[in-house]
Amino acid sequence: MTSLGKKYIMAVTGLILVGFVIGHMLGNLQMFLHPDWMNAYAYKLQNLPYGLLWIVRLGLLAAVVAHIVTAVLLVLENKRARPQGYSVNATLQASFASKTMRYTGLILIAFIVFHILHFTVRATHADVTAAYYALTPIAGVATMHGSADMAGKLVPDVFSMVAVGFSAQFWYVSVFYIIAMALLFLHLSHGISSMFQSLGLRNKTWRLRLDRAALIIAIALFIGFASIPAVSLLGLLPYQEMVNTGVTVPTALTQP
Amino acid sequence: MKLDSKIPEGPLAQKWTNAKFNYKLVNPANKRRYSVIVVGSGLAGGAAAATLGELGYNVKCFCYQDSPRRAHSIAAQGGINAAKNYQNDGDSIFRLFYDTIKGGDFRSREANVYRLAEVSVDIIDQCVASGVPFAREYGGMLANRSFGGAQVSRTFYARGQTGQQLLLGAYQSLSRQIALGQVKMYNRHEMLDVVKVDGVAKGIITRNMVTGKIDRWAADVVVLATGGYSTVYFLSTNAAGCNVTAAWRAHKRGAGFANPCFTQIHPTCIPQEGEHQSKLTLMSESLRNDGRVWVPKKAEDCAKNPNDIPEDARDYFLERKYPSFGNLAPRDISSRAAKEVCDEGRGVGAAIAGVRRGVYLDFADSIKRLGKNVIAERYGNLFDMYENITGENAYERPMRIYPAPHYTMGGLWVDYNLMTTVPGLFAAGEANYSDHGANRLGASALMQGLADGYFVLPYTISNYLATIPLGQAGKIDPNGPDFEEAENNVRSMTDKMMSIKGKTSPRSVHIELGKIMWDNCGMARSKESLTDAIARIGQLRERFWNDVCIPGEADNINIELERAGRVADHLEFAELMCYDALDRDESCGGHFRLEHQTEDGEAVRHDDQYGHVSVWEFNGVGKAPVKHIEPLEYENVQLGVRSYK
Amino acid sequence: MSAKTLNLTLRVWRQKKPEAAGQFVTYKIDKISPDSSFLEMMDLLNEQLIEQGDEPVAFDHDCREGICGMCSMTINGVPHGKNRLQTTCQLHMRSFSDGDTITIEPFRAKPFPVMRDLVVDRTPLDSIIQSGGYITQRVGSAEDANAVPISKTIADKAMDAAACIGCGACVAVCPNASAMLFTSAKMSQLNMLPQGKPEKDRRALHMVQAMDDNGFGNCTNIGECEAACPVGISLDFIAMMNRDYAVAKVKKIFSGAA
Repeated sequence: MTSLGKKYIMAVTGLILVGFVIGHMLGNLQMFLHPDWMNAYAYKLQNLPYGLLWIVRLGLLAAVVAHIVTAVLLVLENKRARPQGYSVNATLQASFASKTMRYTGLILIAFIVFHILHFTVRATHADVTAAYYALTPIAGVATMHGSADMAGKLVPDVFSMVAVGFSAQFWYVSVFYIIAMALLFLHLSHGISSMFQSLGLRNKTWRLRLDRAALIIAIALFIGFASIPAVSLLGLLPYQEMVNTGVTVPTALTQP
Repeated sequence: MKLDSKIPEGPLAQKWTNAKFNYKLVNPANKRRYSVIVVGSGLAGGAAAATLGELGYNVKCFCYQDSPRRAHSIAAQGGINAAKNYQNDGDSIFRLFYDTIKGGDFRSREANVYRLAEVSVDIIDQCVASGVPFAREYGGMLANRSFGGAQVSRTFYARGQTGQQLLLGAYQSLSRQIALGQVKMYNRHEMLDVVKVDGVAKGIITRNMVTGKIDRWAADVVVLATGGYSTVYFLSTNAAGCNVTAAWRAHKRGAGFANPCFTQIHPTCIPQEGEHQSKLTLMSESLRNDGRVWVPKKAEDCAKNPNDIPEDARDYFLERKYPSFGNLAPRDISSRAAKEVCDEGRGVGAAIAGVRRGVYLDFADSIKRLGKNVIAERYGNLFDMYENITGENAYERPMRIYPAPHYTMGGLWVDYNLMTTVPGLFAAGEANYSDHGANRLGASALMQGLADGYFVLPYTISNYLATIPLGQAGKIDPNGPDFEEAENNVRSMTDKMMSIKGKTSPRSVHIELGKIMWDNCGMARSKESLTDAIARIGQLRERFWNDVCIPGEADNINIELERAGRVADHLEFAELMCYDALDRDESCGGHFRLEHQTEDGEAVRHDDQYGHVSVWEFNGVGKAPVKHIEPLEYENVQLGVRSYK
Repeated sequence: MSAKTLNLTLRVWRQKKPEAAGQFVTYKIDKISPDSSFLEMMDLLNEQLIEQGDEPVAFDHDCREGICGMCSMTINGVPHGKNRLQTTCQLHMRSFSDGDTITIEPFRAKPFPVMRDLVVDRTPLDSIIQSGGYITQRVGSAEDANAVPISKTIADKAMDAAACIGCGACVAVCPNASAMLFTSAKMSQLNMLPQGKPEKDRRALHMVQAMDDNGFGNCTNIGECEAACPVGISLDFIAMMNRDYAVAKVKKIFSGAA
């Protein structure tokens, strides 16, 4: 594949992943609302028809894998193209973020693996698992995704799972998440504008606009994502009192 | 030496048409059997190689730079003339022809100049078609400007980088032919000799500048498009690598050298700052459209800040002496006027050897009239360049300029077909003497280079090749005795230079030669100065050959060996230049003999005695060359005194 | 015109042959006029070396007025030195201070092997042009130059791209030794002009292929090339190349031809 072909893959998969993280963050922000919001939302996602959940998951996995594999190929080729560096190093206008994409990317891979183990597979902390399985009835608060019709239904308590996962006892988890989100910020502050460049959809006027938009989106994502572990860590969620720590879990429950 | 100019029959305007019709042709299927060597990849060489390759000939092209795109044509700033009359201002082929003849002070051949004017229109079409981004008006049509003493706007331009854009256009066409295998390009190869077999040019000897390998190359025809010889002055606007070697060694093989004393000193260059200097930088002549040239009236004001010198203490000497052309007077005239005021001790800027050599080019009035933005838009890149080099801001303080050696009108003598006196050896572009007489007008060098390369050589070379029997085409044996002799000649010169191991660096000899030439055979020449120069050049040459120092080996990149070879040739060529200047006992264009001037310092020509081309035949190093004459006949123009008053 | 002169320490990369190992050698040079250009300073260094019986430092240069693109050198880590919009030959010593140590290295990139000292081989740039950086057009076949109007905007933009001097600083400064700025400048110039349109797709496909085949690296959109470019070629042209190539590629996938 040509150099530009690889760049298109980076850009297109990057675009998919940015779209995903924006949606993911908006979903996550429901942590600041009544637990019905998060729990009903999670329940509906888990129970999408036609196996859509797995289709999306596999799609994302493919995007991530393609993004990483292509990045590795690019890095290797680039190393080959410049086997010897300079004895004096200087930077003219490249941003810190743009020069550290490979490092921020690498740490983000580690983060994604941990994050999936943490909240999707729930294999890292027993307390997190317990909070998830402490089924909770939907109270029937009116939400955007219509949880009123689910009133009384028992669903996994994702709200509590997250709150527990980021609680003070696991402070290091929250800290890791916040650091990872800072790296995501760096990665995207270059990546979002850069993908338009790679796809040939940028010029001098739009470079400035896209650079700004990228910065705004990256900041918004950082605040949006990092606010959850931060607030949870401090125990300041608006519905903090509704967190079920999972201590009283009925043990025989199965996943819905 | 026989000088047959081969001017075609017929009235002036019909000559080129007649010639093209009478030229012999090579059958398309047979073209690939003929081989052509082109030395030089500038406008003339690059365009010729590309076009001959496109026609189907087997072309080899050589240049000393690392890429054909670096040839010094690239540095031309101002523009290219063409008699398109897009401005509806009365231009025509005849007017361009006439201006060029007159601008050349009536020392060029009518038929050649007319052909140049004729094909000028095709050049613009060709360049646009090949992607040259000439400046345009909002309506999408090509823009023009007036340039260098012309009364019509016929100059096409691409910002201040016209030469670059035209050269890259030719380079791109050349690249296409290289990719097609029609042209083989040899970068970093320096031509060191021409090989003649039975009196006919059949090849060249080169040195591979990376490995030091001496190679023989055989071909049916050899084209030299190797540029001019301004570097004989050391300090010039030419590239550091420009040299006379190819032309000079062809001359030593029998090619007549025409009018070597006709050199153009360009008026608008940045003055020399100190002894360290390696070259002078030209600022486009277009600056004179909006700048006013002056020096202080009194010598004691010269060290003052120019902004503190009141209006009535300034001498706008071009406006004073040439009221109708003013600051736009032709190059030779403006240069000489600047020299004159500096000789009077009224120059400005750094004093070199006790004399300030610089005059002001002042934009204050234009900035007041048009605003700084307009000036910045027109000349911003030049002002930036000036600041890069001098560290001064020309928006706030007048620029300092001084004339510098720029272009050389003289060159290898060629007939109408651009063939030298050696059969099979052609010369094109600045390397020949053909079109500019004693002075070249602005924006004409690019025109001539491309005319020769795109539109003249393809016809005349085909005509020449058609005389070679098909059975002999491409069958020259590079192992023959003539090639052997030429290679040995090159080798022995290299060995000799390498073996001296003296104390003098080639650069220092070049600097010294440059000073001799600039002082004695520069903007003003006299019998005394030239006689003195010839003697001193001989001494310097002797010192060079006894004491030159070239470190390193010959079989590697060796920048001093390259330089030494070029300096050695300049040391011989400079003498020829002085002989020619001494012989031409008149003032004419760029050649100003102090003995021949009017009371107010204007040049005086002697058409009756010197209305001819002086063609010199090599007669051995250190020996006076033999002069031959090609008389110039003017049937279509009236010889007049060039007046720009 | 200042009277003060500079005394400098130069760390210069010396390498006798392409296959030989190179190393830095330190030289002292005194009394350099601030008005001299960087290359004139190198000339004087060489004169000094010759006098000492050493071999001069080989470096590429020609026009010495910033247009031919032949001078190279990486000065203190930056191709053509720290000043923006300047080639090495236009860099003057007044940009340095007395007592400075200046590190001078050749352009570094796999496709630009060092041939001697500071001289590198940049012919891969030529082969990119040979692959499609031209308009296929026969001499003599052109119509009148004003037959096809070209808007001033397009003509100016094409000129912005065409200003490239082919020095290779973009490659040298790029941590990936990418030639995208160089390639895109020529491609965009020709693709923008009506005369270049007929072979636009072909040009895009071939030039990118040639760029890859010559071993240049990939673009990571960091913009160092734009900053190092002595004539200010914009990153926009890389975006244009990316677009032109994508269009050409898609067309090729569907039509099978290019």
